[in-house]
Amino acid sequence: MKKVGLSCKVNGKEVDLEIHPNTVLVDLLRDTLRLTGTKEGCREGECGACTVLLDGLAVNSCLIPALKAQGRSVVTIEGLAKAEGQLDNLQQHFVAEGAVQCGFCTPGMILNAKSLLDRIPDPDDKEIRYAISGVLCRCTGYQKIVGAIKAASHEKGQTPKG
Amino acid sequence: MSYEFKDFHWARDIRINNYLMPGTLDEALDILEKYQGKAQVVAGGTDVIGKLRHRDLEVDALVDITRLPDMDGIGQDGEMITLGACVTHAQTALSPLVREKAAILAKAAGSLGSPQIRNIATVAGNMVTGHPAADMSIPLLALNASVSIASKEGQREVPLTEFFLDKGRTAIDCRKEILLQIKFPAIQSNQGCCHLRLSKRQSLTIAILVLAAVVKVDAQKKIIQEAAIAMGPVAPTPFRAVETEALLAGAPVCRETIERAAETAFAEVNPIDSAIWGSAEYKREMVKVFVRRGLENAIIEAGALVD
Repeated sequence: MKKVGLSCKVNGKEVDLEIHPNTVLVDLLRDTLRLTGTKEGCREGECGACTVLLDGLAVNSCLIPALKAQGRSVVTIEGLAKAEGQLDNLQQHFVAEGAVQCGFCTPGMILNAKSLLDRIPDPDDKEIRYAISGVLCRCTGYQKIVGAIKAASHEKGQTPKG
Repeated sequence: MSYEFKDFHWARDIRINNYLMPGTLDEALDILEKYQGKAQVVAGGTDVIGKLRHRDLEVDALVDITRLPDMDGIGQDGEMITLGACVTHAQTALSPLVREKAAILAKAAGSLGSPQIRNIATVAGNMVTGHPAADMSIPLLALNASVSIASKEGQREVPLTEFFLDKGRTAIDCRKEILLQIKFPAIQSNQGCCHLRLSKRQSLTIAILVLAAVVKVDAQKKIIQEAAIAMGPVAPTPFRAVETEALLAGAPVCRETIERAAETAFAEVNPIDSAIWGSAEYKREMVKVFVRRGLENAIIEAGALVD
């Protein structure tokens, strides 16, 4: 099989690669670029562990041919922190609220939350639950995750609702 | 109902030799012609990638149409609402125009899959799967939508009533043709609509039953002039309850009309037993409940009162 060129941005950095056309985005990220923060669970779009942001929108990287990212921007969980050793606002609140247990769903939860907060800076509980409805968590029972997202949204300088 | 080994076990890889992203429609049609049936159109890919892993689909190349110009817009052309073939579910659910002029479609778009699926999966792609309960097919069928399809031979328009041929089969050949646009008349002030979805959970699930109803009432709000009721999965294809619609046309707005419609729908649907998605008997009972509830809501939204 002939390799083809792929140029895109991954976590803000320009990436130029030669890949096989049958490469799926999650494999490119984990195996080629070694960005193993993106998890692979079901590989069929059900669990949400492989969520990344494609041009700012949360998508399942297991269902996306890598070439679909041609000329576009991909953000993984590694791309959130502003500087080495420093956590993003959402990540800090996930830690503080105890919203991380085994951690497998966490990248998906945080990236869906990021996609939500970029659009709705001060979401209510219903909007938060709707936003994370595509990620399965088997440890926390979701309450602490919703709490962490809520706390992070308040932190962004918004007036708390109610 | 029995399952085979392959129903629960499938490949990790997708077998394609090329992934092409043409920049113009002509280029896309040329590629399809060149591949002579060995290439298939793909948009969001959420369905196609799964089928490739399951080996339910075997192609040499995928032709991604999301880079074609003017394919991702939602617009209004007189009384018609238009959706480009690459419009996603998220776009549809959030569109102020769709929310105002076709609320059932916006609501249905927001209930499919998950946020990640809705962000990339297209409305047109959902219909093209030919699934009898496809979340977009049901409201679009009730809205009397049509699709325009391009091929080397030119363009043609197909009303949705002629689009769904059999389970998993539609009037478009995705190895030769490209769906360009979905079109349907906007909901008018003397019309009301309702979308109901029954499912085990609220996200990431195929519906047990979906109903979309559009009802038009007369100026006095006493007579139902026209009704469109679409449902799924109650037949091999997304289903228009034509007998129920015939009964409703010209019928007075009253409890008895609704009751007769529910009984007629109960008799005209033909769901099958499913170990996962409910028995035929259960679905038929729920058809009755949904027709009753859907009609009531649509009639109220059209500005009329029942009783």
